[in-house]
Amino acid sequence: MSTSSTIEHAVRVETKRQPLPPRERLEQVFDLQNLTAIYGSKPALKDVSMEVYKNLVTAVIGPSGCGKSTFIRCLNRMNDLVPSFRQTGTIRYHGQDITAKDVDPVAVRRTIGMVFQRPNPFPKSIQDNVAWGLKVLGMKDNLSERVERALTQAALWDEVRDRLKASALSLSGGQQQRLCIARAIAVEPDVVLMDEPASALDPIATQAIEQLLHELKSEYTFVIVTHNMQQAARVADMTAFFSISRGAEGERWGELVEYDATEKIFTAPSDKRTEDYVTGRFG
Amino acid sequence: MSAADVSILRRPNDRLRRRRAVNLAMEVLGWLAAAIGVALLVILVWSVAKRGASELSLDLFTKSQVPYAVSGTSQGLANAFVGSLVIVGIATAIALPFGILIAIYVSEFAPRAVRNGVNFVLDVLNGIPAIVIGVFIYGLIVLGRGQSGFAGSCALAVLMLPLVARSTIEILALVPNSLREAALGLGSPRWRATLGIVVPQAIGGILTGATLAVARVAGETAPLLLTTSIVGPGVHWNPRMALQSVPVAIYELTDSPIPSDHAIAWAGALVLILFILIVSLTARWLATRSRRKLARAAR
Repeated sequence: MSTSSTIEHAVRVETKRQPLPPRERLEQVFDLQNLTAIYGSKPALKDVSMEVYKNLVTAVIGPSGCGKSTFIRCLNRMNDLVPSFRQTGTIRYHGQDITAKDVDPVAVRRTIGMVFQRPNPFPKSIQDNVAWGLKVLGMKDNLSERVERALTQAALWDEVRDRLKASALSLSGGQQQRLCIARAIAVEPDVVLMDEPASALDPIATQAIEQLLHELKSEYTFVIVTHNMQQAARVADMTAFFSISRGAEGERWGELVEYDATEKIFTAPSDKRTEDYVTGRFG
Repeated sequence: MSAADVSILRRPNDRLRRRRAVNLAMEVLGWLAAAIGVALLVILVWSVAKRGASELSLDLFTKSQVPYAVSGTSQGLANAFVGSLVIVGIATAIALPFGILIAIYVSEFAPRAVRNGVNFVLDVLNGIPAIVIGVFIYGLIVLGRGQSGFAGSCALAVLMLPLVARSTIEILALVPNSLREAALGLGSPRWRATLGIVVPQAIGGILTGATLAVARVAGETAPLLLTTSIVGPGVHWNPRMALQSVPVAIYELTDSPIPSDHAIAWAGALVLILFILIVSLTARWLATRSRRKLARAAR
């Protein structure tokens, strides 16, 4: 039995997507060089070098503890909030190194938005959830149109149009997560980072969010962390596989094993570890 | 293999019997302890109410104390109520903003070392006896300038400060981090996230803490004896002069040889207890509401 047939059995890669143009023709949004992230004295991630391309969905997959979340939170300086966090290496965002000291993390987060693992709407009304970021960022003109557009883009408008003043906490989990997506895209970011956005949701809500990614990627660049390989195979154009390495003294850190077009990662990975993982033989 | 021996499930054995006996003993002890606690409060309120209720009239609130009154003179505690209102009001106005600001800085902005240091200082401040704070304010303000309601307010504010700050810190710690991340992830500056999301979420709890602190210092006597106790007759609102307060009035009246003064003191004590009871109930009601809100947000 051949390896490739096993892989095709394990993960059915959707083939209806457009073939990607060659990588050098794609516009780079992020260019990471030797990114190493350290919490306290423990490295969570070592020597990650990769690019993220414009208007594509880039998935980050890998086992628990491989540094996926750390990685995505480096991209908008969210790790600054962790007191013991340090990082080395460079993250170029459209050419500008956003890890530089003189870069304002608040400004970074304005253009690079984030959706979190668990839906975290503000304890405000549905409308105010979307409007809050707009007000803070001074985008106060046509507030209600902006709110409507964001909710429409997040495929939530039809469900909430009659109760915009209701508490966001009255929504279901899936609706709350779509509200969080609406909140993130309302402020017109360039990139939207998603840290396992569907892991707390049921399959139907998950499908709604994946559908959203397909529809919105022409306007935004998405980076999505997921522990669900099928999800990566369904939504991502590019996939990065992270894994855990062990040092001589038992220390563990995450590293980037392979980064390629999703189709390639799932059907013809060049690294044995990737193959083991995507075929479910990881262990 | 034989079937499991199920008879052991029903056979009375010594260990089980002992366990049941200890359990019963502990339950009884616990119940008794709880009953004594409740009984203490009931007896206290009952005895104060029995002796003070007879004087609980309109006069108590509209007339002031008459020094060296002969028995039967109609007098009240209006001067003490007004004084307490002014003193505690100013103390709250000083301690509340300071305490809340300290708490917000410590929980939202300070580095860990500063946070631990400030928490420790607040704990120490909380443990300082009220009379020591009275002496401190006496040395700081009263010496040279004389007693004043304001000096009393300062003493009470020092007492309130750690109470308000600590309770606010605890409430802010209950605000889920995911809310802070949500706000910051949108590109909100930290102060905006704090003012717009974190504090509104915690405001119920913050008010609860403040309310309890007010109730706590409203009954303080020691620091007021040193700072605002030598008072003239009549109702006064001006905090620049020494003001009478309810606890100090009670203290002085119980020292009087005249029986009717004792009755007034009981009535004052009853009003003080009722005030603290009502304030505490309000605080509990606020706290339940705010906890429910926090629980909803944390889900």
